[in-house]
Amino acid sequence: MQLWIIAGVTFREAARRKILWTALLAAAAFLALFGTGMHFQVKDAHFARIPPMVRYQALSSILQVGFYAIDMLAVLMTVLTSVDSISGEIASSTIHAVATKPIHRWQLLLGKWCGFAAMVAVYVALTFGGVVAIGYFIGGVHPRGAWQGASLIYLECLLVLTLTFLFGTIFSTLTNGVIVLGLHGMAFIGGWLEQIGTVTQSVRLINLGILSSVLMPSEAIWRRASYVMQSSIARTLDFSPFATRSAPSTTMMLYTIAYLLVALALALYRFQRRDL
Amino acid sequence: MGDSLPPTENLAIETAGLRKQFGSKVAVRGLSLQVRRGEIFGFLGPNGAGKSTSIKMLLGLVKPTSGHAQILGTPFEHVEVRRKVGFLPEDFRFYDWLTPKELLSLHGRLCGLTSLQLRDRVPTYLDLVGLTPHRNRRLRGFSKGMMQRIGLAQALIHEPDLIFLDEPTSGLDPMGRHLVRDIIRNERKRGATVFLNSHLLSEVEITCDTVVFIKQGEVIGSRDLRTSPEGEIQVRVRAHNLRQEILRGLSKWTTTAQIHEDVLAFATNWRDSLPEILRYLVSCNVDVFEFTPQRLSLEESFLKIMGEDQGL
Repeated sequence: MQLWIIAGVTFREAARRKILWTALLAAAAFLALFGTGMHFQVKDAHFARIPPMVRYQALSSILQVGFYAIDMLAVLMTVLTSVDSISGEIASSTIHAVATKPIHRWQLLLGKWCGFAAMVAVYVALTFGGVVAIGYFIGGVHPRGAWQGASLIYLECLLVLTLTFLFGTIFSTLTNGVIVLGLHGMAFIGGWLEQIGTVTQSVRLINLGILSSVLMPSEAIWRRASYVMQSSIARTLDFSPFATRSAPSTTMMLYTIAYLLVALALALYRFQRRDL
Repeated sequence: MGDSLPPTENLAIETAGLRKQFGSKVAVRGLSLQVRRGEIFGFLGPNGAGKSTSIKMLLGLVKPTSGHAQILGTPFEHVEVRRKVGFLPEDFRFYDWLTPKELLSLHGRLCGLTSLQLRDRVPTYLDLVGLTPHRNRRLRGFSKGMMQRIGLAQALIHEPDLIFLDEPTSGLDPMGRHLVRDIIRNERKRGATVFLNSHLLSEVEITCDTVVFIKQGEVIGSRDLRTSPEGEIQVRVRAHNLRQEILRGLSKWTTTAQIHEDVLAFATNWRDSLPEILRYLVSCNVDVFEFTPQRLSLEESFLKIMGEDQGL
């Protein structure tokens, strides 16, 4: 019960953050641009008499770009809205009035986590749904494995949310934000190194990419999401610049889930023990 | 409260050697105190004496390095005991998009109040702290004093048995302070224990039953304001024929006494003993020219006990 009270108030608190509305505005602007671009592509391809298969691949690629953009926005929004949820409330003493109520520390932290997770779910549903709707109604294309893809993007957001919570129990707000975004940036570079390594058959680059995914699996989740949403032809042709040649394995996804759970357990442990 | 109860059941708070160390810095050296149920207890000390850390330890916000504490007869780590505890932090803050009604409902629900109870208590407590006209305004427009008032209401809404108030009158105007005093007295009438941390010693003096003085995280003195409301009385006697052996006879009434030439200076906690002391001096053939009692206010007691300001 206590956990859900905290989850409810955290959801409302998160939903009032300016950064969320800025991210929603950014997503709306992006969707407008994305829809216009797809519209032009449909018209131009029609006039240029491009073969249907190539036309479909071009539109699918634009769709992947759309998913890539909303994935990036969702991750940034998740980190920026939740970055001061723990450390900020400790620094401002806001947490004192709640933490002295008959509530366990784990309920407080998990309640906050659930509140943010719900807010992120709404954000991902709106933006992902927007891209799918534009792709379907304007471009006439739809992704393979849309549910799986959306779930993976959501998993990626949950991963960065959990890390933000974990570091929020240890560091100040600013340090926490720098660490989580830094890790995500490292994973992004590592993911590209792995892709380039696959093309150039460089084992060392591939291993470097795998190592970065082990340290921070966020980019691996996106590449898996991108892979499951690609058309089978695009997979074969490696057509899209936002698609992937080397999809992370199921084992990597299981590792990611374990990583998330361990990070959450560490956050709970650390929050339980720290002074407020 | 019945004195026939076993000692621990008669206590709202009992701590033994509570200690907190942050790295090499000792914030609370070894706090041992007892707070009786139903009393208003003042917790006094200079800045950096460890008062806030002590309160935070008792409320489970800060983990003690060592020592034990019981709250209402239960080990203080037990979360369930906080159902009976209210707390007003020194600088109460909360999500500023809430209205006072929403804030009280939220805190009431966290304390286990039902919707039916909240329907009655939210308006009652808003009225108690004088915020009924502002019940639907967002907190972001509230002054510090208004935040203190709503903070006080959230500390009381579940009608706790033990209430910690950390600087409750900070930011309040004289009417607000008067209101807080009345609320504290009403809470005592209800049977609650109030643990008051305040720098306003005049407020403490007229509100509290007992005070303790804390320095460097240790209790270095206490005063029962009910049995000796006047506190310590210092007396200066100018007389001839003063002799050191007189001090032995005085010791049954005095806490300190010394003779310097024609002046005897002593301190006592019992005003009623002054005529007896005078009679004793006369019976010892002392020629008394002046006998001047001076009462120590709580502030003077505080300064005397704490000694010189060592700086922060």
